[in-house]
Amino acid sequence: MSIKLKVNGKQHEVEVSEDTPLLWVLRDHLGLTGTKFGCGVAQCGACTVHIDGKPRRACVTPVAGVGAQAEITTIEGVQGEVANAVREAWVEIDVPQCGYCQSGQIMSAVALLEQNPNPDDDAIDAGMSGNLCRCATYMRIRSAIKSAAKAGS
Amino acid sequence: MTSLSKLNRREFLSGLGTSALVLGLALRTGRTMADATAGGLQEVRGGDATPALFIALEEDGTIRITCHRSEMGQQVWTSMAQIIAEELEADWSQVAIVQAPGDARYGDQNTDGSRSVRWNFHRLRVAGAAMRTMLERAAAARWGVAPGECRAAQSVVTGPGMYSATYAELAQDAAAQPLPTEAELRLKPREQWRLIGKEVPSLTVPDIVQGQGTFGIDVQLPDMLVAVVAHPPQVMASVAKLDDKAALAVPGVVRTVRLPALDGPVLFKPLGGVAVVATDTWSAIRGRAALKIEWEAGPNAGYDSQQFAETMLETARQPGTVRLRRGDVDAAMGASATRIEADYYVPHLSQTPMEPPMATARWDGDKVECWVCVQAPQRTRSVIAQACGIPEENVTVNVTWLGGGFGRKSKPDFAVEAALVAREVGRPVKLTWTREDDLQHGYYHSVSAQHLEGALDAEGKCTGILHRTVFPPIGSTFVDGLATPSWEELRQGVTDNPFHVPNLQVETGDAPAHVRIGWLRSVANIYHAFAVQSFAAELAHAAGRDQKDYLLELIGPPRQLDPRNDGAQYDNYGESLEEYPIDTGRLANVVREAAALAGWGRELPAGHGLGIAVHRSFVSYVATVIEVAVDAEGRLRIPGVWSAIDAGTVVNTRHVTAQVEGGTLYALSNALYGEITAKDGAVEQANFPQFRLMRMKEAPRDMAVTIVASDAPPGGVGEPPSPPAAPALANAIFAATGLRIRRLPIFGSGSDDRLPLDATREGESA
Repeated sequence: MSIKLKVNGKQHEVEVSEDTPLLWVLRDHLGLTGTKFGCGVAQCGACTVHIDGKPRRACVTPVAGVGAQAEITTIEGVQGEVANAVREAWVEIDVPQCGYCQSGQIMSAVALLEQNPNPDDDAIDAGMSGNLCRCATYMRIRSAIKSAAKAGS
Repeated sequence: MTSLSKLNRREFLSGLGTSALVLGLALRTGRTMADATAGGLQEVRGGDATPALFIALEEDGTIRITCHRSEMGQQVWTSMAQIIAEELEADWSQVAIVQAPGDARYGDQNTDGSRSVRWNFHRLRVAGAAMRTMLERAAAARWGVAPGECRAAQSVVTGPGMYSATYAELAQDAAAQPLPTEAELRLKPREQWRLIGKEVPSLTVPDIVQGQGTFGIDVQLPDMLVAVVAHPPQVMASVAKLDDKAALAVPGVVRTVRLPALDGPVLFKPLGGVAVVATDTWSAIRGRAALKIEWEAGPNAGYDSQQFAETMLETARQPGTVRLRRGDVDAAMGASATRIEADYYVPHLSQTPMEPPMATARWDGDKVECWVCVQAPQRTRSVIAQACGIPEENVTVNVTWLGGGFGRKSKPDFAVEAALVAREVGRPVKLTWTREDDLQHGYYHSVSAQHLEGALDAEGKCTGILHRTVFPPIGSTFVDGLATPSWEELRQGVTDNPFHVPNLQVETGDAPAHVRIGWLRSVANIYHAFAVQSFAAELAHAAGRDQKDYLLELIGPPRQLDPRNDGAQYDNYGESLEEYPIDTGRLANVVREAAALAGWGRELPAGHGLGIAVHRSFVSYVATVIEVAVDAEGRLRIPGVWSAIDAGTVVNTRHVTAQVEGGTLYALSNALYGEITAKDGAVEQANFPQFRLMRMKEAPRDMAVTIVASDAPPGGVGEPPSPPAAPALANAIFAATGLRIRRLPIFGSGSDDRLPLDATREGESA
C-alpha cells in the first residue's frame, strides 16, 4: 500500500506492505542508512529514531501506524542545541569504537537530555539501558552525556 | 571501478588511479614512478613497504593513506595513518583514509590476533620515511642544493634561505626519484614523535556521529535485491523437502535459491539451506518465515551441550595426554602439606558483533565484485573463487566498515552465500544475516572444561601445579573429526604458565566438535586465564594469604621463560622469544600497577570485595582489579574496574585505553551472561532476550586504565584486556562472599541475577 510519512522535515510516499517496520522503510526505501538494524525485536536500540521527539525503536514500529503528520527524526536529521552538544561530546572523547550502535546511542542520549537536562548516573543508566553496545563503550557514553549536559547548562 | 550509488567514494576509492593522484599509484595499474616494484623496499620487516602501496599525494594537498587492515572499532584507520604520517612528516589535518581491497600485495590482511600494529609498525614507518626522503630529494634537486639541507615538516619541505615547497607541489618530481633503500632512510627517533604514542582523535568518529560511513549493511547498488537465508538448524543438516509457494506469494519476494548442502570439513563454506530473494529486506524476512522446509538433521543432531559439559568435565578429571612437564608433579602432590583441586567450565559463546554478517555481490560475466564487512578480505577472495569455480583475480573484495568483528567476521561464509545467490539471480544481491542467524548459525567460541591441582608445602608455598584442559579445538573447523587441543591453543594460557613452581604438568583431553568452532576475541585465553587466575586465588586462600601478594609470589622473580624447555611446542604468537620474551618482570609489574590504581588493601564497605588477575596474551601484559558489592539477597554490582596494560610501544594512548575498557567489559558481559547452548544439535538462543549482553546499568561506575610506559616493541591491544576480566570478577565475588565461581556464566540469561549465597559456605563453588 501507499504510505505517507515525514522524515527529517521532508514528506515521502512509499509503496510497502503495511506491516513493514519503519526501520526498513528508512533504510531500504529512503536510503537513510544511519539508522541501524541490530536485532529486529526492540532489544538493542540500534534502530532508535525520534517520533514527535520521543525515542522509538524503528524495527518494531509498523510504518502504517506512524501517521503522515508525525515528525520522524533520524540520526541524519537530528538538530538543535542538545544534538550538537551530544555530537561534540561524542567526538571530544571518541565515544564510538565500531560505531554501529552509536546512531541509536546518540538518539537516545538526545532524547534523554531533552527530557532531563542534567541526568545523574542513575538517570543515565535508566535512559540508556535500552541501547546495547558490544564494543562496550558505556563508560565513555556516560561521561559524554555528562559533558553534553554541562555544555547545555 | 563501476558506479556505486550509495558508496562513499572516500572509502572505496581503492584500486583506482585517478587524475588527482600524482604520486603513489594504485595497485594493478602497472605504471612505474613511485610504484616501482623494482625498488628495494618490498621485503622490509613486516612485508612490502613500497610507499605507493599506502600513500598517495593529491594535487589539492590531501595525503591519502591506504589502510589494508579492517576497521572494526579498534581505530586501525587512525593508528595505521599515525604511523605513516609520523615518518612522512605529514600535516595530520590533510590526512584522509582509503580502505584497501583484499590483495596479496598488501601482505597479511587478516585483522585478528591483535597484530595490526605489531606486524606493520616498522613497515609503515619505512613507507612513510621513504616517501619523505623522496620529497626531500626532489626538493634538493629542484633547488640545486644538497638533500641534507632540505627538511620536511607538516607537509612542507624547506631548504636553505627562502626555499620552501608543499608536498603537493613536489609530488610530481618526487615520483621521478628512485626509491631509496631501507639503509638510506632515517627513521625518527622516539623523542621526536609527535603522533605515535599520542592521543590522536579518531578518523572515523566525526562521520559516525552524523550517521555517515558505510558498513556492510549500508551498501546499496543499482538494481540490487536483498536476500536472507533459512539456514539448517544443525551443522551438516540439509533440505529434505522444500515448499516455497507461500514464500513466493509474499509481495516483494522474487525467488528462492537452494544453497549447496555442507560437507565436511566445514571450513568457511556456507551452511546450506534456502535463500529468499526479495526487492527489500522486510519482504525477504517475511518470505523466509513463510518457507516450509523439512530438514534432514544429519550427524550432529544428537548434540546436547548440557550433557556434553558433564562428559568434558569427566574427561578433565581423568589423566590425559602430557603436553608439558617440568619436574615431577606427582611427587610434589605426594609430598605436599596441602593439596587442592578445582574444575572449571566455560560455555560456548557467540561473538555477536552489533552488525550481523552482511555481504553484497555483483557479477559481471565471470567476475564478481563484493562489498563485505570482513576481517579477512584475502581469505574471502579465495573462498569465493573456490566456491564459484573462478580464478581469484576474478574476485574483487571491497572491505566496508565492520560494525564489530570479534572474530566472527574472520569467517567469510556469508560472503560466499552472497556470491552464490547473486550469480543465481543474475542481479546484485545484498545478503543479510538477522540476529537469529548470527546467534544460531555462528562459529562459536569453544566450550571448555579444566581440572587443576595444586600442591602447597607447610609454609603455603606452591610446589606443583597440574593443569588439564579439554575443549573441541578450532582445528575441527578445518579437519573433520579433529578433537585434540593444538599447541597454538595451549600457548594461550597453559603452556606459557608464568608461575615459578618447580613442578608443572600440562595435560589435554580430547573433545569432538558438534557445532562450528571459531575464534572469539582473545580465543583460548578466555577459559585458560579464567581457570589459572581463579586457581591462583584459590591457592592464596588455601595458603591463607592475600591474593595479590600470593599472585606476585607465584609469578616469582623477573625472568624469561621458554616453554620449549619443558617439552612444549611454542610459537609465541608468531614472534621470536628474543624480541618478545615471556617476561615475568613485566607481568609482575602490571599486577603492581593495577593494584596501586585500585588502591589494593584499602578498607572496603561491608559486602564489597576486590579481585585481581593478570595474563599475558598476544605478547602484551594486562592486570585487572575488580571491586564488587554484593547485597544480602545476592545482587551484584561492580563499583569499579582498574587495569594496567603493558603493550610495549603504543601508537594511540586514547584508543588503547578505549580497547582496555571495551575489551574488559566485553569479557565481563560474557562472564556474567554469555552462554550458547545446543539441544538436538540446534542452538537454543535466538536473539538478545536469550543471549544477553551487558547493558549500561550493569556496567561499572568507575573504570581507570594505566598504560605502562615502554619502549619495547609493540604488542597486541585489542584482545589482551579480555582474559583477566572474568577471573578478577570471580576472585572479587569470592572475596566479598566466600562463593567460588567455577562455572560460567555467573548469571546467564534467564536468571534472577542473584548469587546463590544461601548455599554458600566458605569455599563452596557455584
